[in-house]
Amino acid sequence: MAWIDYANPTRFLGLLDRLLPWLVGATVVLLGVGLYQVFLIAPDDYQQGQTVKIMYLHVPCAWLSMFCYMVMAASSLGTLVWRHPLADVSAKAAAPLGAVFTLICLVTGSLWGKPMWGTWWVWDARLTSVLVLFIMYLGLIALWQTIEDPAKAAKAAAVMTLVGVVNIPIIKFSVEWWSTLHQPAAVFRMDGPTIDRSMLIPLMVMAVGFTFLFMTLHFLAMRNEILRRRLRTLRMIEAQGLERGAA
Amino acid sequence: MTALWGLFLRDLRLATRLGGGALMGALFFLTVVTVIPFGVGPDLNLLSRIGPAILWIGALLATLLGLDRLFQADRDDGALDGILMGDQPLELVVLVKCLAHWVATGLPLVVAAPLFAIFMNMEPIAIAATTATLLVGTPALTFLGAIGAALTVTLRRGGLLLAVLVLPLTVPVLIFGVSAATSVSIGPTPFGTPFAILAALGLFAAVLGPVAAAAALRFAAE
Repeated sequence: MAWIDYANPTRFLGLLDRLLPWLVGATVVLLGVGLYQVFLIAPDDYQQGQTVKIMYLHVPCAWLSMFCYMVMAASSLGTLVWRHPLADVSAKAAAPLGAVFTLICLVTGSLWGKPMWGTWWVWDARLTSVLVLFIMYLGLIALWQTIEDPAKAAKAAAVMTLVGVVNIPIIKFSVEWWSTLHQPAAVFRMDGPTIDRSMLIPLMVMAVGFTFLFMTLHFLAMRNEILRRRLRTLRMIEAQGLERGAA
Repeated sequence: MTALWGLFLRDLRLATRLGGGALMGALFFLTVVTVIPFGVGPDLNLLSRIGPAILWIGALLATLLGLDRLFQADRDDGALDGILMGDQPLELVVLVKCLAHWVATGLPLVVAAPLFAIFMNMEPIAIAATTATLLVGTPALTFLGAIGAALTVTLRRGGLLLAVLVLPLTVPVLIFGVSAATSVSIGPTPFGTPFAILAALGLFAAVLGPVAAAAALRFAAE
């Protein structure tokens, strides 16, 4: 069974039915363990006190806001290069999820920034580029909704998604290229993470848990989209039948 | 080659004759520049400091305003189908159309910029720097905008969506254009560094824009 075999939506839905219970289970267990560690084991920061807990929500959402865009970019390649019929379903299903994760990232960052930096918002490179990412998600959702024919909308959105990929390295490296208020990367570094283990482990558990949450929601949204398209096709067939009956 | 040259001249003629498209952009530019002092106050020191940024934002908005004409008119009268079926590579055709569009709508903005800079009480060196950055930067805006124009060509009222799609992509051009323009009067960096990045962004957009826009046009026509 290669991935191309799942081009058949029925077979893909069958796979989802088998996969989803495991994904939901893994998400619940990981987030449960993660939350337990965050609130009962991880120490408060010596400077920031309890507000450091925001990190365990903020960082996974920031990571997913970019990961989700890369999923959409890979799906767009699938649409344009391999013409995989499920690739555009995946891209369309991911866009609202990405927008929500980006919004959570911005809001939690703002809530964290007020006590730490003394301001809700600064026009710093990292914050601004994430805001641009949020606008791009909304633009893509608008593009999906304004073009009526799903096949044409898929291709237009795929072109736009691939063009927008240029923003992802800008977000990733913005804290290193421009020295601004936002702190530089602390987890994924060449010389190893600079966070203490007591905070790093809960953070990683939360990040993996949120990634599983994303996968679960993404697959659910894909299933909804496939069913929605089936409904659309059935309605079209029905309308054609009525037309023929009237004529 | 002659076909592409012919297309260039045709687009230029259409843009300058029909509805005054070229002057409309410059007029809109003037309006933006006029409205800003009402918003921020008529303090000449402040205006001369933010002048380059105002000129850049005005040029960006004026460019966006004219972009929906890039392919829309050709699609309405059927010329776009002829272009798609023609034997010239579509990427080159889009590049030529973008260049013609820039000469008709972008170049007037660059020419008008030194005049508007005087309203902003800018120093001669800042005026020269801003005009140079606009000359290099506005083609990049047109090339990036072509992607949005191609994506929304089939939509009835794609103008707003076009602006939403294209604006995020133009942010780097705006950042480096303004930082090069302000570097001569205020900025700590020398003029050359951001200007070189701006030129690189322009070349990058000249490659990326026509390729992506051509792909979008093909898919829209399918």
